[in-house]
Amino acid sequence: MSQSDFILETKELTKVFGGLVANSAVSIGFKEREAHAIIGPNGAGKSTFVNLLTGHLPPSGGQILFKGANIAGLAAHKVTRLGIGRSYQKTNIFPSFSCFENCRLAAQSRLASSMKFFRSASSYKAVSEQAEHALEAAGLTGRSGRVAGTMSYGEQRQLEIAMVLATAPQVLVLDEPLAGMGKEESEHMVGLLRDLARRYTLILVEHDMDAVFAIAQTLSVMVNGTLLESGPLDQIRSSKAVQDAYLGDGAEAY
Amino acid sequence: MTLHLPKRLAIVLVVLLAALALFPLWGKLVFAAKFAFLMQKLTGIMILAILAMSLDLLVGVAGLVSLGHAAFFGLGGYVLAMMSPQYEAANLWVVLPAALAVCALASLVVGYLSIRTSGIYFIMVTLAFGQMGYYFFNDSKAAGGSDGAYIYVKPTVEAFGITVLDLEQKLTFFYVALGVLVGVYALLRMLLASPFGRVLGAIGVNEYRVQGLGFNPMVYKLVAFTIAGTLAGLGGFLAATQYGFVSPAMLGWHQSGHVLVMVILGGMGTLFGPVLGAFILELAHFAFESMTDHWLLPMGAMVIAIVLLLPKGVAGLLLQWSKGKGAGE
Ligand SMILES: Nc1ncnc2c1ncn2[C@@H]1O[C@H](COP(=O)(O)OP(=O)(O)OP(=O)(O)O)[C@@H](O)[C@H]1O
Ligand SMILES: [Mg+2]
Repeated sequence: MSQSDFILETKELTKVFGGLVANSAVSIGFKEREAHAIIGPNGAGKSTFVNLLTGHLPPSGGQILFKGANIAGLAAHKVTRLGIGRSYQKTNIFPSFSCFENCRLAAQSRLASSMKFFRSASSYKAVSEQAEHALEAAGLTGRSGRVAGTMSYGEQRQLEIAMVLATAPQVLVLDEPLAGMGKEESEHMVGLLRDLARRYTLILVEHDMDAVFAIAQTLSVMVNGTLLESGPLDQIRSSKAVQDAYLGDGAEAY
Repeated sequence: MTLHLPKRLAIVLVVLLAALALFPLWGKLVFAAKFAFLMQKLTGIMILAILAMSLDLLVGVAGLVSLGHAAFFGLGGYVLAMMSPQYEAANLWVVLPAALAVCALASLVVGYLSIRTSGIYFIMVTLAFGQMGYYFFNDSKAAGGSDGAYIYVKPTVEAFGITVLDLEQKLTFFYVALGVLVGVYALLRMLLASPFGRVLGAIGVNEYRVQGLGFNPMVYKLVAFTIAGTLAGLGGFLAATQYGFVSPAMLGWHQSGHVLVMVILGGMGTLFGPVLGAFILELAHFAFESMTDHWLLPMGAMVIAIVLLLPKGVAGLLLQWSKGKGAGE
């Protein structure tokens, strides 16, 4: 496969924690404008993979190619500025700030520099508009003024997404956006994610198989830090190895 | 971090400020005999309040608890003392920028070396740097060693041979200190509202997330550390001018801890809180001291009571009061 097929690609990506190999030579390619889900049992190394992709952890080995350039080892703040935005498995917001300020700050990160001391931050109209749009896209219109920490859990998860959107990314990496959500909240979020899948390159780590089948076109399965298989949804669903290792008996549980 | 003051609170603060500004008028009537002493006391408190606000930028806003902040305060004072000619006045337009530049550079270097650490380690590193500063002046003969150094003639501002500002005048100096207090408050408010300040405040809440959004927290912390150190130096410059004397104690960890208590008692991250903290702590000290030799006991009790009863400091109480009623609930 030629390099131009993928906007983002890992080659033999490896992460070792002490004696534990959390990611072992993981090679996955992500096509532009594709929704690509990563599944795997607890502790498979999915979040570690996300952390490596987004510069939140330095890899022990391997490469991460973004538009052909190796970005492995780049610090998190630089990776996101390249256009790779992420959300977190465990809600990671500014709970004491308003919902809007959370997004405004995210949008502000796209100014060439925030080393600006004299003008009020709220006077940067383009930044505020970008934040408004992100809130709207994540279904949080009307929640602007709420203190983020006092919103419902589901809304905080939506804010998590809104903050990523406000950074105007090209690639969205979402780590279990449905984690801990109730049925209704989940349905709402799945709708949102389907919507996003049409407009962004989406990398989705998720346990909820119904959601995965509703959103993704491509599926990668991780087990014990290794990539078991990667391919079109139907192909993986019928793969014997995946059935045995992961979907197998556990499938009914979802 | 408090970005907007509720109206009620703003009114209270303006009234307090007006009472302070008019003290030279009413103080003379009320305190007669003690007036001169109180003028000096209040001027000194305003200078400490400047130091406390500068520390609040680190502790209350960015979440950087420094226990060496007084080092820059003392440094500002020492630069003045070292640059003042023995028998004539130094030119303020020369010595003040020099003091600020030295403090900016020193805080840039100390900041660069300490912001890599966090939490308890940051406290330790800043404490160590502060003590290094203390011993540097304590052991240096040129700076008067442990005896400190005197500034015999205060700096002046002259234009065309006429003295524009005579800092020897107690009343003039009182208003200079008040002007700088208000100026530094306004400057810091502007900073907090700016894109820089928003990022800094966010670092205080969730640094990890700030980096995930695309900001390099180290750079923002370093700039904040430098600004805070420079403003502390400005305070030290004023203190040295007021007392005509500097000593190593200005830089020591006692002084750093004292200011930290002002920030915490007053209310972290509010700017006006640490100013109130400075007044409360110093005036209580003065009041208890004039009542009993064992003034440390009631002082300690007061500090403990405020910390226990008001976890967000005096400012937290005022904010709650003004929001609660202001909202008309
Ligand atoms: N910072 C770390 N230090 C040490 N070990 C870690 C670290 N982060 C993850 N691990 C370990 O690496 C392994 C993979 O963890 P990871 O969080 O990537 O799994 P996951 O697939 O995201 O699991 P889950 O579905 O529960 O979120 C686990 O054994 C975990 O304990
Ligand atoms: Mg995980």
